[in-house]
Amino acid sequence: MIRIRDLTKVYNSASGPVKALDGINLDIEKGDIFGIIGLSGAGKSTLLRCINLLEKPTSGSIEIDGVEMTSLSPRELKEMRKKIGMIFQHFNLLSSRTVWGNVAFPLEIAGFDRKAIDEKVSKLLELVGLSDKAKAYPSQLSGGQKQRVGIARALACDPTVLLCDEATSALDPETTLSILKLLKDINEKLGITMVVVTHEMNVIKQICNKVAVIERSRVVEQGTTFEVFSRPKTQTARNFLKSVLINEIPEELKTKIKALNGNLAEGRVVKIGFFGETTGKPILSEVVKKYDVNANILFGNIDHIQGVPFGTLVVQFEGKNGTADRALGHLRELGLDVEVMEIG
Amino acid sequence: MAETARLLWSATVESIYMVAVSVVIASLFGIPLGILLYSTDRGRILEKDWLNKILGVIVNIFRSIPFVILLIMLIPFTRWLVGKTIGTTAAIVPLSVAAIPFMGRITESALREVDRGVIEAAQAMGASPLQVITKVLIPEALPSIAAGITITAINLVGYSAMAGVIGGGGLGDLAVRYGYQRFMLDITLYTVAILVVMVQLIQVLGDLVVKHLSRHR
Repeated sequence: MIRIRDLTKVYNSASGPVKALDGINLDIEKGDIFGIIGLSGAGKSTLLRCINLLEKPTSGSIEIDGVEMTSLSPRELKEMRKKIGMIFQHFNLLSSRTVWGNVAFPLEIAGFDRKAIDEKVSKLLELVGLSDKAKAYPSQLSGGQKQRVGIARALACDPTVLLCDEATSALDPETTLSILKLLKDINEKLGITMVVVTHEMNVIKQICNKVAVIERSRVVEQGTTFEVFSRPKTQTARNFLKSVLINEIPEELKTKIKALNGNLAEGRVVKIGFFGETTGKPILSEVVKKYDVNANILFGNIDHIQGVPFGTLVVQFEGKNGTADRALGHLRELGLDVEVMEIG
Repeated sequence: MAETARLLWSATVESIYMVAVSVVIASLFGIPLGILLYSTDRGRILEKDWLNKILGVIVNIFRSIPFVILLIMLIPFTRWLVGKTIGTTAAIVPLSVAAIPFMGRITESALREVDRGVIEAAQAMGASPLQVITKVLIPEALPSIAAGITITAINLVGYSAMAGVIGGGGLGDLAVRYGYQRFMLDITLYTVAILVVMVQLIQVLGDLVVKHLSRHR
């Protein structure tokens, strides 16, 4: 459990003090994969680096499992850091050591004996699927393999928290997915709390159960990933969502709807947003039968966030004597988000 | 001819001895000095602004004194340290004193090339500053440090010839006493040829070591 209260970080630059973090409050529960998303320069990496005190906060409190990080002595901090793993965008492996040596590194620092190190390293390499690369040097590995070494190294001292600083930002989309899957597996298998900093909404969508959106040094929105995805409150969140959800109605379709609206005396074009359990029900065919309307799907998209379906449909309803309106009323009663498209 | 060869041989041995011992001493003191210069600098692992400034000034003073002048200035110190001021052993003192600050700066710049991210990763794992130095900085910078030792050694070949001028022995001494003062141009040419070969050998050897150390990078 990580509790961040009123965290502020001010840098002294040549042109005066710059606020990198401004009154951050976050609660990260044990076992969470907590996403922190923001544009570059928003302060998200600074926030992450404050958690293990790589950056010293200017004021505020960071509590990990009941330990106040900002009041630790250098010695206590060293001990505490052994329980907080970290992985990086550029992997930060030692080029002078083999894969084996890199994973053994934190164990050497922690003072384990040779035998314990050997056992632990083999297990970790197996976990990340790199047992056959033990003797390779980082320069001989692909980006994805390097990050796997980074993950194995971060897990060496059995941390309770794993900090991921843009861990997939230097990887191609396919490798990103495999690394995210590995992180998710580790989270499930070992119950490690993860804090994931990224500028890619896809990362949040793939693995995070909670998310905080950071903009200009402040948290502007936070909640479960599902909440933020289904009902974003800020424009920043909506902009990030655009990259992963095809929610926008294409322009050509809008033109088409315009034409339809002109021709239809008793029809409606509606946009239906649905999420959660309603997705699984045959709602559309129900209303079609019950109200004797015709339904023509013009546009549709269904996605899954944290295993929960989530989607948008654009449907053209046609019916005589107000049946179309009654059908819409029925959909609203079912808790669906129904919006009549007034185009043209 | 045999006499010339004998002279050249013993002078070469003396030069090698001076350079080799000075390189070892310069590395022994210069590398730790470089580590200190690097790690006490602003934003580094053992940030100590005042210490860094003092060390920087001392290093710069020694590096700005021309070697010939340093040779003369250090005579009392050399006498105190090794009990004599003439000969190859005595020459090692000013050679080392000149090379230590140089090696210090070279080590400092080699360490600066180490990726900050790697140091940060080690700190995030709970490494102490000493562990960062011994387990991260030195191993990561080793090829550059080896290249720096090569440069220092080559500089010392030149300096050792200069030390010969004030009776330090070695090839420089030979060139001055025979080549210059007795107008034996052939001796001068031979010493120059040997110096050229020495520098070439050191460079080739140094490059091989650097290549070996960085074979996986």
